[in-house]
Amino acid sequence: MLHDIFFFVLSVLGIASGVGMLLNRNPVYCLLMLVVNFFCIGGLFLILHAEFLAAIQIIVYAGAIMVLFLFVIMLLNLEVEAREEHHWDLRRISGFVLGLIFLMELLYTFSDIQQFSSAEEQIANFKYGKVEPIGKALMTDYLFPFEMISVILLAALIGAIVIAKKHK
Amino acid sequence: MILLLAPLIILLPFFSAAFIGLAGFISPNFRQQEKLIGGIATLAVFIPFLLLCAIFAGFEGNKLTFEILSWMKTGNLNLAFSYQLDQLSILMGLIVTGIGALIHFYSIGYMHHDPGYYKFFTYLNLFIFAMLNLVLGDNLVVTFLGWEGVGACSYFLIGYWYQDMEKAMAAQKAFIANRIGDFAFLVATFIVYNQLGTVKYSEITLSGESAFWVGLLIFIAATGKSAQIPLYVWLPDAMAGPTPVSALIHAATMVTSGIYLIARLSPGVYMQPGAESVLVFIAVIGALTALLAALIAIAQNDIKKVLAYSTVSQLGFMFIALGAGAFSTAIFHVMTHAFFKACLFLGSGSVIHAMEHSHSVKDPQDIRTMGGLLKYMPQTGWTFIISTLAIAGFPLTSGFFSKDEILGKTFAAAHYSGWYYFVWVIGVITAFMTAFYMTRLTYLTFGGNKRYPADAHVHESSPIMTVPLLILGFLAAVGGFLGLPEVIAHGHYNWVSHHWLNYAVKNQELHASVTTEWILILLSIIVGLAGMYLAYSIYKKYDLAGDEKIKAFFGKFYKVLENKFYVDEFYEAIIVKPFVLISQFGVMPFDKWVVDGAVNGSGFVTTVLANVLRRLQTGIVQTYAIIMVIGAIITLAYLIL
Amino acid sequence: MGLTEQQLYLYLAVSAAMFTIGTIGVLIRRNAIIVFLCIELMLNAVNLSLVGFSRYWNDPAGVMLVFFVMCVAAAEAVVGLSILIAIFRNRQNVRVTEVNLFKW
Repeated sequence: MLHDIFFFVLSVLGIASGVGMLLNRNPVYCLLMLVVNFFCIGGLFLILHAEFLAAIQIIVYAGAIMVLFLFVIMLLNLEVEAREEHHWDLRRISGFVLGLIFLMELLYTFSDIQQFSSAEEQIANFKYGKVEPIGKALMTDYLFPFEMISVILLAALIGAIVIAKKHK
Repeated sequence: MILLLAPLIILLPFFSAAFIGLAGFISPNFRQQEKLIGGIATLAVFIPFLLLCAIFAGFEGNKLTFEILSWMKTGNLNLAFSYQLDQLSILMGLIVTGIGALIHFYSIGYMHHDPGYYKFFTYLNLFIFAMLNLVLGDNLVVTFLGWEGVGACSYFLIGYWYQDMEKAMAAQKAFIANRIGDFAFLVATFIVYNQLGTVKYSEITLSGESAFWVGLLIFIAATGKSAQIPLYVWLPDAMAGPTPVSALIHAATMVTSGIYLIARLSPGVYMQPGAESVLVFIAVIGALTALLAALIAIAQNDIKKVLAYSTVSQLGFMFIALGAGAFSTAIFHVMTHAFFKACLFLGSGSVIHAMEHSHSVKDPQDIRTMGGLLKYMPQTGWTFIISTLAIAGFPLTSGFFSKDEILGKTFAAAHYSGWYYFVWVIGVITAFMTAFYMTRLTYLTFGGNKRYPADAHVHESSPIMTVPLLILGFLAAVGGFLGLPEVIAHGHYNWVSHHWLNYAVKNQELHASVTTEWILILLSIIVGLAGMYLAYSIYKKYDLAGDEKIKAFFGKFYKVLENKFYVDEFYEAIIVKPFVLISQFGVMPFDKWVVDGAVNGSGFVTTVLANVLRRLQTGIVQTYAIIMVIGAIITLAYLIL
Repeated sequence: MGLTEQQLYLYLAVSAAMFTIGTIGVLIRRNAIIVFLCIELMLNAVNLSLVGFSRYWNDPAGVMLVFFVMCVAAAEAVVGLSILIAIFRNRQNVRVTEVNLFKW
């Protein structure tokens, strides 16, 4: 019961903030809306018992990445978009319509959820979302992808510096 | 030991051709080094000749094989550039490289100051390479490679002076006529592979229907390359090439490759049950060709044309021998013919050279403007006369022995089919005419009165040209002793047939009684001498006006002979014209409207569609994203439904 | 305790809704930064569904995948933002409708 209440509140808030981001003309507000959305998703992770993910969702995503976005917005000194940029031309309308069709299709697909059929018995006390099992899994089964991620991050770091650097 | 060097036989001419061709192409200075170019090219043929001599001397009767390169291995087909040295290929290889080396040497002098000197020797070496592939290859495909190679080189060399439109056309004619034969060769190869799964000569054994068809197709191929009815028309025109080329390619070697091929396939195809009718057919065609060409040769006035028709005629003799099942006799005639015909052609080249340099006559090849040259060109003249005696069948010369053997074997073959009597009669008539027209040619060239302007300084050619003549003249005189008639030698000294080729080819059993043989030998002596005497007496008496006697004898028919039986015109009317008409009015509209329409139409449709579709490429990311979403929607819809 | 089918359906529905919001944002917004934010939203929506499935099947693979997605998203955000800075330096704005050289 408590789970359902939390779920309801978090998902409504998340979707509402998403819609807000979609419609707001001020980039900074948009970004803040998205942060709210990320918090909601973090909360959903929590009630799904993925505590570690919830933590890094808030620390890394909402904290670090979004702040990076914010820095860039401020660095570029982006103004509030002019109202005329929000008039509804063919592309925007078709984008909306297509998005809605897509959503309908997705919901229709998921409604057939019996196909998934959870035949397996669920194991009690499975601590899959905690830090300890994740850490162990990362150092054993997922060691290679884990190391690769570090290489990717390093490459992204160097790439970002090279691209954004002022050329003389 | 020597076998380790055997690949050099094939490779030296190739590398020499590549070197001369590339160096001459790159460096204009190299093109000026005539002695160097000629020396390299001649050595590249002479060394293989020496190697073949060494192999020949140490030959113990067992076939030697060697492989240079693996070509393709697919399924159960394993093709390689592999070669065999057995009695037949060694003999052919010796002819090719020996005469080839002499003619290379001769060309150093003959082609002096020609602007395309290096090209000439490149082609000539390439030709030797291809020809060696043809005669040494141990399977049909390598032989076919050589077959095509010599055809290509022949094309290059006939059209060597390609600025002259007529010569370029002659080259094309030769190429096209050869293509028809090549097609038959290919089909024959396919049949062999289809029937046996191999193309190696040593593994080919066919019988029944497939022997018949392969035999016939190979013969058709041979009519192309070896200039028989109906495809012989290219050879007289091929005289447009430089004279050494006529000697080497269009007299001594390439045109005999059809005979070689048939002899090579004699054990596996022609002597198998089912091919008997093909042999008769070959003999009849050979006889008709020999007669036809000899008739035409009587009425020709171009020295090289006469020799060309006599080549066709002699090739006809070889086919008579093949048809009679006397394959080794045919090869024997190939050998003696190579000697005397190469000598005749080189001699004619020497004459043409002299006439050209005197700058006195319009056409240096016309025998009507020659005459009395023996006094000024003794070496050329005497070798020419010796070779004429050989081709005419003067007793004890090389041509006498080989031609007599051919006629004897044909007469003996009548035991198998009555057709051979007919062939034999034609052969005797042709032998008579051969003696006649060759004597006419020689007398009008070297004997009688001078018919060119008196101020012309005609002189003997340089030693570089006369030495090959002397060697070939000597061979033409004595080469026949390699194949003495059975009745004289009782088979013991007929080296070519009995001691050598019998191991590589399979001959029909042909025996005539001793009396018959003696009668036949006497007959050939009489026929040859009669022909020579008749011509000599006519032209001695009337000189050039002797032609009028011939005209009177043949009557209206002479006109037909002069125009070569209108065969070219006949082909023009029967094949070329209808072909052009069909192309113009049948195929061309189809090609223009349907084929081109389809091709251009597809291009047009693509352009139109592209012009429409490229509007989608706005360069704006969001448009692309919309299309992606549409794609995702369609995919999902497909999955749901 | 794991999830029931109804609960999983609700999670997936929320995830789909957020994903669609992100998609529409990518399609209709002109500011490159906002487009970028929408892409992040789409990534997170997918993450949510992954965790939901992971919970439903009791399989930690989904959680691990989300972890890697986050790392890649961080790398992608860094590179993307630097590209935006480079574009801005050239054009003084980041309007996606004006970056249209990538065509025929």
